[in-house]
Amino acid sequence: MKWGVVTFPGSNDDRDALYCLESVLGQEAVSLWHKDRDLHGVEAIVLPGGFSYGDYLRCGAVARFSPVMSSVMAFARAGGPVLGMCNGFQILCESGLLPGALVRNRSLSFICEWVSVRVETTRTRFTARCAGGACLSLPIKHGAGCYVADETTLKALQDNDQIVFRYVNQDGEALDAANPNGAVQNIAGVTNANGNVVGLMPHPEHAVEALLGGEDGRTLFTSVFA
Amino acid sequence: MLAKVYVTPKKAILDPQGKAIAHSLHALDYPEVSEVRMGKYLEVRLTGLSKQRAEQRVEAMCRRLLANLIIEDFRFEIVEE
Repeated sequence: MKWGVVTFPGSNDDRDALYCLESVLGQEAVSLWHKDRDLHGVEAIVLPGGFSYGDYLRCGAVARFSPVMSSVMAFARAGGPVLGMCNGFQILCESGLLPGALVRNRSLSFICEWVSVRVETTRTRFTARCAGGACLSLPIKHGAGCYVADETTLKALQDNDQIVFRYVNQDGEALDAANPNGAVQNIAGVTNANGNVVGLMPHPEHAVEALLGGEDGRTLFTSVFA
Repeated sequence: MLAKVYVTPKKAILDPQGKAIAHSLHALDYPEVSEVRMGKYLEVRLTGLSKQRAEQRVEAMCRRLLANLIIEDFRFEIVEE
């Protein structure tokens, strides 16, 4: 399967995502440059983490208007699988491909730690091979990961089964003490109505080898494999 | 012509920066401070537009890029220089 990983100025997990897909998972993966509208025939797209455009104005606000994003948006609207991790999640929200927004962590601190997230739905392209309710150990590293959405949006997310991951404690409970950044309802990741676009703050691409702390991130990518 | 654009967090959105600033002001002995909300101020210089047209254009700029209406409100004024 051919994957594309977008590089914006300021992306810093793009190489990690390419490494994960090519070297660890044996996929074909190409780098997509932010100025290039051509998606080079990829079948799935990753928007990586980092600080695109220096997080100027708002995280993801400027990247959303880069030339490649108009192609990514058309690809997503046609049902193509798109995964946004960390800054990629912020870009997906800014672009309107995913509902809600991400704001500064309630602690105001940059957080870098391993967290546990519970798989809330397996109907998305990126969680199809996860066990429903399973808890995944994944790292987070962000300053603006507090997911917010208004009441109407939250209700729609709940009703349409669009909440994909929640931060949980070691017993799998989504309690406030397990919430690293203040995200509403402990939400760590969401999907669009069709389940082909998924965004999350944790980094599955950093959790694909035991040597680096765990392999729980693999399933998000293998879920997309034909 | 200059557009002065003010972008502020919506009331319903937690503003931890504003809270931290309010705490600091209390520590500096300003107990009268009941709340601080921190936003952004942008100066957008414009050329070749009537004031009415400028208002329409800046409104669109705010909606499309300068503010995220999910989390922020905006207001602006256009002044002649």
